Amino acid sequence: MTQPLLYARNLVKRYGRVTALDHADFDLYPGEILAVIGDNGAGKSSLIKAISGAVQPDEGEIRLDGQPVSFASPLEARRAGIETVYQTLALSPALSISDNMFMGREIRRGGIMGKWFGMLDKPAMDAFARQKLSELGLMTIQNIGQPVETLSGGQRQGVAVARAAAFGSRVIILDEPTAALGVKESRRVLDLILDVRSRGIPIVLISHNMPHVFEVADRIHIHRLGRRLCVINPKEHTMSDAVAYMTGARVPEGVAA
Amino acid sequence: MSDTPDPVVARNPSETVASFEHHSRGALDRVQHFLHRFPTMVPVIVLLLSVAVFGLVSPNFFSAFNLSLILQQVAVVGTLAAAQSLVILTAGIDLSVGAVMVMVSVIMGKLSVDFGIPVPIAILIGLAVGGATGALNGALVTRLKLPPFITTLGTWNIFLALNYYLSNRETIRSQTLDAEAPMLKFFGERFSLGGAVLTYGVVLMILVFAVLWYALNHTAWGRRVYAVGDDPEAAALAGIQTKRVLMSVYIVSGAICALAAWSSIGRVGSVSPTSFFEANLESITAVVIGGISLFGGRGSILGPLIGALIVGVFNSGLRLAGVDVLWQLFATGWLIIVAVAIDQWIRKISS
Repeated sequence: MTQPLLYARNLVKRYGRVTALDHADFDLYPGEILAVIGDNGAGKSSLIKAISGAVQPDEGEIRLDGQPVSFASPLEARRAGIETVYQTLALSPALSISDNMFMGREIRRGGIMGKWFGMLDKPAMDAFARQKLSELGLMTIQNIGQPVETLSGGQRQGVAVARAAAFGSRVIILDEPTAALGVKESRRVLDLILDVRSRGIPIVLISHNMPHVFEVADRIHIHRLGRRLCVINPKEHTMSDAVAYMTGARVPEGVAA
Repeated sequence: MSDTPDPVVARNPSETVASFEHHSRGALDRVQHFLHRFPTMVPVIVLLLSVAVFGLVSPNFFSAFNLSLILQQVAVVGTLAAAQSLVILTAGIDLSVGAVMVMVSVIMGKLSVDFGIPVPIAILIGLAVGGATGALNGALVTRLKLPPFITTLGTWNIFLALNYYLSNRETIRSQTLDAEAPMLKFFGERFSLGGAVLTYGVVLMILVFAVLWYALNHTAWGRRVYAVGDDPEAAALAGIQTKRVLMSVYIVSGAICALAAWSSIGRVGSVSPTSFFEANLESITAVVIGGISLFGGRGSILGPLIGALIVGVFNSGLRLAGVDVLWQLFATGWLIIVAVAIDQWIRKISS
């Protein structure tokens, strides 16, 4: 078996008397789509926050590519190559697609204008943004200077995913990417997710939508009561199995009750 | 554009994920979209219309002399509006800009006249004080997380009080400045350009706007200012250090207020602690009429320059037409309300 790209063991996070993470484990292998499912309050989002640097676990160990890491902020996780697409997308609606893609990592011009006057290299940024969008099949966005708020929900999701995938990222975490979308747009976003995987970037998909999870995931991590209950193969289990494990109605084989 | 992709066979992600929906729009819809793209067109049209109307009403209005006089009249408030714009772009508001300006002008005057400090150094100290007032506002907003409105309402009173304390409520007269610190009146000096008579204060105002335009549109800092004003949480999640951006905005804004202070000495000809009492609100007026959204993140920095000119044109035009001064206020009031109403309408597009 290959080594997990992202690996966590015994993560604990307490908020006062509430234990959000109770010795949770996590493994993400290269090139896979791992869905993370769990009931509300099961600690999924705490797990994801711990991995993406938004929350610092009280105990436990996280390794990226075998190297122990500890992220003090989402920015640090991002620098290490862990990109998160939040449910809110974190896009600035009034700014252009290109501005949004480069938010926080703009390209400056060379020469005196760039060095002394901080002039941005807009042509280069636009070209790069256009290239990344077309790589992900988003080429029909013609005007890269168009404000993000004029795009549809699915297009916005596409821009956010393209931004996450564009900068040499090693892991992309998608938080409920289809929750706010209609059927048609969800379909396109799922295709986009498969497309990102085909580029070799593994994806952590957090979703409540069982059909979507079962359609795209290679493995499903089921979270319950603050820890990983089990990991199942969607080809060997049904959706009702997954829901039963998730809610505690049934205990998967090989797990102590 | 792909030829009408079938949504059912969207298995192939290319070309279909982000296609545009082209539905025909009504005329009003098209106007709304146009203004959404170019929000500064509203003040530009208003300015052109008002110039045309006043030109027809009073023949004197169109003279180069009168038009350049308008520029001179708006130079100080226009410069102040540049400072105000930066703060409003971050969805804040700065009620203290006028008080900072008057206080800094008193500091520049006092240091050069009463303390005998070389004028250039007095000016530099004034600029530093301006930046420091901005740093205070910025620290209160970012560290204590106070709303900018309340913060600057407080500091407005504080700076006003300091201004009276430092000046002893005394004006430094024009003759004194001429004798001891003529450099302070530099921005009031006139030069003619064709038939127009301009002051260096006008040049300063235009320069400040030009520099800000460059910084906001062509540097990473500028893009971040817009992002922070548009949606601070999204900006933070996208990796922007929002507090640092806000802090820089308030400091730059304070420094511009200090430049406006220097310019105001030239405009008034003396250093008066009671001058420009309404400059706070006049600067906000120019920004709002200029099409910068009070909700942050939207509008061009050139808008407030045009906004200041619109107010100047209305005041000059109504005066030349022999209308009572009270109608100038009346007209300005309606301009503000119409400007904000249009802004709200344009913003509806995003939903």
